[in-house]
Amino acid sequence: MTFSPELEAKFDKLMKSYPPGRLRSALVPMLLFGQDELGSITPELIDEIVNRIGVTRLQVQEVLSYYSMLHTKPLGRHHVQVCTNISCLLRGGDKLWDHVCERTGLKNKEVSADGQVSIEEVECIGACSWAPAVQVNYDFHHNVTREELDRLLDGLEKKQ
Amino acid sequence: MSDLVHLTIDGKPIEAPAGTLLIDAVRKYGIEIPAFCYYEGLALQAACRMCLVEVEKMPKLQTACTLPVAEGMVVRTETPVVADARKAMLELVLTNHPLDCPVCDKGGECELQDMTFRYGAGEGRFNETKQHIDEKQWSPVVFFDRPRCILCYRCVRICNEGMGVAALGIANRAVTSEIIPNEADHLNCDECGMCIDVCPVGALTSGPYRYKTRPWEMDHIATICAHCADGCKTTLGVRNNSIIRANNRDHSGLNGDFLCVKGRFAFDYGASQERLQTPLARVDGKLEPISWTRALKTIAAKFGEVRQRGGAFGVIGSNHTTNEENYYLQKFARQGLGTNNIDHHRTGDVITLIDALAGKGGQLATVEDIYNAPAVVVLGCDLSHQHPMLAYQLRANVRHHQAQIYPITPGPVREDNQATRSLRVDKGGEVEALGSLAAELKQAGGVVILYGDPVKGDAVRKLVDFGESLGVPVKYVALVDYSNSRGAIEMGLTPELLPGMTPSNTGGMRIGQMLASTDLDVLWVVGANPLKNRAALAGKPFLVVQDLFRTETAEQADIVLPAGSAYEKNGTVTNVCGQVQMLKKGIGAMGTKTDLDIFALLAKEMKLDLGPATPDALLAEIRTTVKGYDVVLAVLATGGAAMTGVNGPVAIDVPVDAIHSANDTMYTSGSISRYSKALTSLMEYPGELYSGKSK
Amino acid sequence: MLYNKPDPQEVKVLTRRFGLENSASIDTYLATDGYQGFLKAREMTPDDIITEVKTSNLRGRGGAGFPTGMKWGFVPRTSPKPKYIVVNGDESEPGTCKDRLLIENDPHQLLEGMMIAGLAVDAHAGYVYIRGEYRYLIDILDKAIAEAYSRGWLGKNIQGTGFDFDVYTQTGAGAYECGEESALLESLEGKRGVPRIRPPFPAVSGAFQCPTVLNNVETYSAVPSILRDGGAAFASLGTPRNGGTRLFCLSGHINRPGVYELPMGFNLLRMIEEVGGGVWRGKKLKAVIPGGSSCPVLTADECDLAMDYDTLAKAKTMLGSGGVVVMDEDTCMVKAAMRIMRFYAHESCGWCIPCREGTAWLRKLLIRFHDGGGARSDIDLIGDVARNMLGRTFCPLGDAAAMPTISFVEKFRGEFEAHLAGRPCPHEHADHLALV
Ligand SMILES: Cc1cc2nc3c(=O)[nH]c(=O)nc-3n(C[C@H](O)[C@H](O)[C@H](O)COP(=O)(O)O)c2cc1C
Ligand code: SF4
Ligand code: SF4
Ligand code: SF4
Ligand code: FES
Ligand code: FES
Repeated sequence: MTFSPELEAKFDKLMKSYPPGRLRSALVPMLLFGQDELGSITPELIDEIVNRIGVTRLQVQEVLSYYSMLHTKPLGRHHVQVCTNISCLLRGGDKLWDHVCERTGLKNKEVSADGQVSIEEVECIGACSWAPAVQVNYDFHHNVTREELDRLLDGLEKKQ
Repeated sequence: MSDLVHLTIDGKPIEAPAGTLLIDAVRKYGIEIPAFCYYEGLALQAACRMCLVEVEKMPKLQTACTLPVAEGMVVRTETPVVADARKAMLELVLTNHPLDCPVCDKGGECELQDMTFRYGAGEGRFNETKQHIDEKQWSPVVFFDRPRCILCYRCVRICNEGMGVAALGIANRAVTSEIIPNEADHLNCDECGMCIDVCPVGALTSGPYRYKTRPWEMDHIATICAHCADGCKTTLGVRNNSIIRANNRDHSGLNGDFLCVKGRFAFDYGASQERLQTPLARVDGKLEPISWTRALKTIAAKFGEVRQRGGAFGVIGSNHTTNEENYYLQKFARQGLGTNNIDHHRTGDVITLIDALAGKGGQLATVEDIYNAPAVVVLGCDLSHQHPMLAYQLRANVRHHQAQIYPITPGPVREDNQATRSLRVDKGGEVEALGSLAAELKQAGGVVILYGDPVKGDAVRKLVDFGESLGVPVKYVALVDYSNSRGAIEMGLTPELLPGMTPSNTGGMRIGQMLASTDLDVLWVVGANPLKNRAALAGKPFLVVQDLFRTETAEQADIVLPAGSAYEKNGTVTNVCGQVQMLKKGIGAMGTKTDLDIFALLAKEMKLDLGPATPDALLAEIRTTVKGYDVVLAVLATGGAAMTGVNGPVAIDVPVDAIHSANDTMYTSGSISRYSKALTSLMEYPGELYSGKSK
Repeated sequence: MLYNKPDPQEVKVLTRRFGLENSASIDTYLATDGYQGFLKAREMTPDDIITEVKTSNLRGRGGAGFPTGMKWGFVPRTSPKPKYIVVNGDESEPGTCKDRLLIENDPHQLLEGMMIAGLAVDAHAGYVYIRGEYRYLIDILDKAIAEAYSRGWLGKNIQGTGFDFDVYTQTGAGAYECGEESALLESLEGKRGVPRIRPPFPAVSGAFQCPTVLNNVETYSAVPSILRDGGAAFASLGTPRNGGTRLFCLSGHINRPGVYELPMGFNLLRMIEEVGGGVWRGKKLKAVIPGGSSCPVLTADECDLAMDYDTLAKAKTMLGSGGVVVMDEDTCMVKAAMRIMRFYAHESCGWCIPCREGTAWLRKLLIRFHDGGGARSDIDLIGDVARNMLGRTFCPLGDAAAMPTISFVEKFRGEFEAHLAGRPCPHEHADHLALV
C-alpha cells in the first residue's frame, strides 16, 4: 500500500534507528504513526508492517492489543480525551467527562455517526498541574472549564 | 556448572550444582514447591507467584522458579508467611475462575484443583461478578475456555519454543489478557495438542477427548506410539476396551512430555468402522467372511502343499510388527517354509552405516545424543514432519545448549529457523554439500549426523569418511520411517541378512522381484501394503494378507486375516536410533489376532516346531541369540529404552534402489492414516515436505 | 512554553532556560553554557565522571530514587557489546507532569545529559522513549536532535573530540507499565510492555540485551549542570544524600498548582502554603499524596516534612516522581482510592496473578463500595486483598497499587465506614464504570 511521503520518511527513519537484526523495534512506532495517518490500524497496514520488519501477524496482534492508544476500528476525526485521574478528578475532570458524554450523546470510545467525533475517558495524560486536562487528538487543553469545553466542541463541529 | 553448592532448606542441608534453580534443586529431596507457570525446559516466567519462598537475608519472598541456588543460602518453604502467600495467590486466581470442577473436563487431574485442595483457603471472599466469555473451538482438536485460563503461558511457550510453531500468543492486557490463536478465530498449526497437554487447568481441552470420561474411570497403559520411527512413549487412557486418549502421562521415556499429532490423536485407527473383524476368503472372485479355523486350515494346507512340492514362497514383512513377530516370521520363512524370499519395505540405509562403522563402536546416536550434541546436521529429511520427536529434541538442544544446527535439504524446513546455516541442495547432493561445513563442525567439538533416504550406499560411506576426517566425536542416525523399521532389518526381514545383521549368504527375492515374479506359488504379506501404488501382481500366487484393513493388497488376496494393531499387543520395537522399548497391550479388538498368534497357530497347524511363540519367550531368545540385542530386560520392563549394539562389518551388497522413504508428513502414517478419524479430520491440508510449514 | 508562573522560592538549575525565548533551540542553549558539561566531561576519565555524579548525590527522578552515579558504575564498561543510553520519558504516574516541560523547554539539556552518560559508560547511541500521548515532544526533540547533528553536537567525532554519539526517539502508545524500566526495554524492542525477570538488570543486559544506562528525563537533565558546576555544588542545594533540586508537580486543591523547581528537602507544608498559595477556596487540608499516585497518602497532620527520599521513607511513603497531589477537606477519600485503583487495574500488564487479579478485584470492590453497595467486612477485605498483593507481584506496579490503597483504608477508615450500605458517598454519588 502507499503512504504519504511524510509517513514513508518516518518509516524509513525508523528502519535505520536500530542495531542490525532489530527491526522489530520499529513495530510500536509504525503502528501508531500508521494509525495517525489512516485513522486506524487496518489489515493492509498490518500486512505492510509484517512485510517490512519481518514480524508475524500474531506478534502484531499481541502488541497492538496491548497498547491503549492503538485501535483497529477508526476513531472520530476529533478524538476527545478527558482525563479523570486523580489530579483532574480533584478539579472536576469527572464532571467534564459527564458533560462530554451528555453533549455528544456518546459513550466511552464511541464514534459519532458522522465519524467526526469520538470520546474517551483517559488516564493521566501528564497535565496534572493544569487540571482538568483534555486532549483532542494530540493537542492539550489545560485548566478546562465546562464553558471552554463547550467552545472547544463547538469549534470541532465547525471544523467539519 | 558442575560445582556443588550447599544450602539449607527447611532446616535440612542439601546440595545442588551451581546454577540449578531452587525449585529443581529441592525436588530431589522430596520437597515440592507449588508452581503453575514454571515448566521444566521452557523459558522462565515468574508470573504465577505460587512458588514464593522465604530466603534469609532477602526482604521479600522470592520465586523459587527463577532463583539459582547459592552457597550458604537458607530457604524456608513451609512458614506461615509462605503458606499465606500461596493461599493468597489461589484466592486471587480463583476470582475469575469458574468454581465448577465437577463439570470441568479437567476435573480430577487439574493442577489448580489439586493446589486449592492442598494450599487454598476454604471460603472465597470474592463477591463481584465474574467475567463470562464463551468457550471457543480453535481447531478440530483444540478448544479454549478463557475463564478457566490462569495465564501461566505454558501453552504459548510450548508452541513457540517446544514446537517451533508459535501459533499461540497473548492479547490485551490486565485482567482482559487472553491467549489467542494465530488466525484470529482459529489455529493454523501442527495440531499436536502439546498446548492441551501442558495446560494445568481445563482451559485448553482436546476435541476427541473432552467430556468423554473422567480420568479415574480409565486404565492408564504405558506403551509406545505406533506411528513413526522415533518411538515416543505414550500412556493410553483405556475405558471399556477402547482407547480414549493418549498422552505421555509421566513424562518418562525418550520423548519426555512430547507427542506429535499422530501420537496424541491417531490412536483411533484401530477403532475404525473399516476394521476387519473376521478372516476373508476369495469365493467366486469375491472376498467373503470365513471362520478363523477354516482360514488357518486353508492356509496351512496350501503352505504345506507348496512346501511339499518344493514350490516357491515369497514373504513380505512389516515395519510395524514387533521384533518378536519379525524374528518369528523370518524363522517361519527360513526354517518352516524353507525360503529366503523375505523382505520388507526399506525406508533408509541402516546397513551401509553399520558396515562403514565396523569395529568403531558407540557411534550410533541415541535420542539423548540429539538433545546433547554441540552440533547436529540433518541431511535430506524434513525432520519436523518426518521425525517430530527428534525435531523436538533438537529444538530443545538449541534452547538449552545453544547447539549449532545445519539442515541440508532440497527445500525449506522448520529447522531453518534455528539453523546456524541451512544449505539447499537437490536430493543426492547432500553429502557433497556437507564438505563446506567441515571447519565449523570441527570447531563445535562433536556432531550428530542424521540422514534421510537420499543418502544411501556409497553416499553413506562418504558421509562416514567425512565424519571420521573431522577428528571430533561424530555419531550417526540413519533415518527410517515406521515404528519398527529398524527391527525389521535387524530381525532378518531381508534376504541378505539374518537376525543381528548376519549375512545370510543365500540368495533370495526382494519385494520388487516378488511382486514382479510369475513363479511364486505363495505370497504371504504381513502388515504391509506393497500394492498401494501398483498394478496387480505379475504372477498368480496364493496371496495371504494379514492386516487391520482391506488395503489395496488385501483386496487382491486369496485369504485375509484380521490382525491386531500395535496398541493391541505386547512385544518390543526398535526406534530409529536403535533403542529398544516395550509395547504393552492396551485393548483387544473383536475378531482379530496378533500377528504372532497367527504365526503360531499356522505353525501349529503345519506341525512346525519353531520354538515357543510368546512375546516373552521370543524376547528371551532374541536377547540371547541376536547380535546386539543382549539388552537389559529390567530396563525394558520398567519402561526404559535400551540401546542395541548391532555392529559391522556387514559384508553384503546393499540394494540401494530398494530404499525409499514413504515421505509421510506429520499428518500421514503410511496406509494407516486414512483409517484414523483424527488424522482425516485434519487432512484438509495433509502438509507438504520441504515447504517449511505445518500445513 | 510555561503553563504556570514561576515562584520566587524556586532554585532554577534544570529549569534555568525555561521562559527564555526559543529556549528549545540550540542557539539559546549554546548561548547559556550549553554543552559545556559535555566538553568538560570529555576531558575526564569515565571513572571521574561517575565520581562527580556520585558526589552530586543525584538520585533517580523516575520514582525509586536510586543513586545515579552508582547505577552508572554497574555498567560493565569493558564489555565487548555495544552499550546504550536510554531515557525514560514515559511519564505516566498520575500527578506527574515535569518531564514534559523539560523536553519541551530544554531538549538539548537532556541530550547533553545523555552524551555525558555515554562518555561515562562508553556508549555511543541513545534512545529517548516518550509516551505516545506526548507526540508534540517527539517533534520538538527530533528537531533538537537534527539541530545537534547539523551543528556537530551529535554524530561522528562530536566537536572534534573523537566521541561519536547518536540519538533516536521512540514512541510509546499508551501504557503506564512501559515506564517500568524493563517493560520499557521490551516496548523498545517491539514487544508487549511486560517487564523482564531481573537479574540481570539493565546495567548488564538492557536494550537489545546489551549493557544499558536507563534514567528518567529529569535525572539526565540534571547531569550537565553537575559536570559544569561540579557535583559538590549540586549536592549542596539539597539535603545530605539527597542532592540538588527537583521539579515538584503541585496539583489538586491548591491555589497555584504548577511545576516548581525546589531544593530537595523543601518542607511540604511550606510548599503547599507558600509556593502553591495554600489550599484553594480557603478550605482546610485533608491529605497529600507526596510523589505520584503510587505513594501512600499522608494526612494533613503528617505533612510537616522535608521533601527528600529519606525523610519520606521514614514517614512510610515516598518522594516518587515528585507529583504532589493536594486534597482539601471535602475530598472523598473512598472515591480517590477508587479512582486510583481503576487506574492500576487498567494499567496492569496482566502478566502476574496477584497484580492482574488483585487490581481487578479491588477495582470492582471499591466501585461497589463507593457506590454504596459495601458491607462492613469489605473494609478489611480491601486492605487484605491489597496486602495479599504487596511484595508478591512480578514488578513494582502491584506494590504501587497496593500501597496507596492500604494507606487510604488505614488512615481514612472513618470515611469508608461512612460509605457503608444505605449510606452512599456523603460527598456525592459517582458511577464511573467507563474505563477498563
Ligand atoms: C509501574 C512503574 C511505572 C514507572 N513509570 C516511570 C515513568 O513513567 N518514568 C520514569 O522515569 N520512571 C518510571 N518508573 C521507574 C523506572 O522503572 C526506573 O526506575 C526509572 O526510570 C529509572 O530512572 P531513574 O533512576 O533516573 O529514576 C516506573 C516504575 C514502575 C514500577
Ligand atoms: S496444537 Fe501444537 S502446534 Fe497447535 S497450537 Fe497447540 S502446541 Fe501449537
Ligand atoms: S490456556 Fe492453559 S496453558 Fe495456556 S495460559 Fe491458560 S492455563 Fe496456561
Ligand atoms: S505486577 Fe505483575 S501484572 Fe502487574 S504490571 Fe507488574 S508484572 Fe504486570
Ligand atoms: S491526572 Fe489528569 S493529567 Fe494527570
Ligand atoms: S512457578 Fe514461580 S512464579 Fe510461577
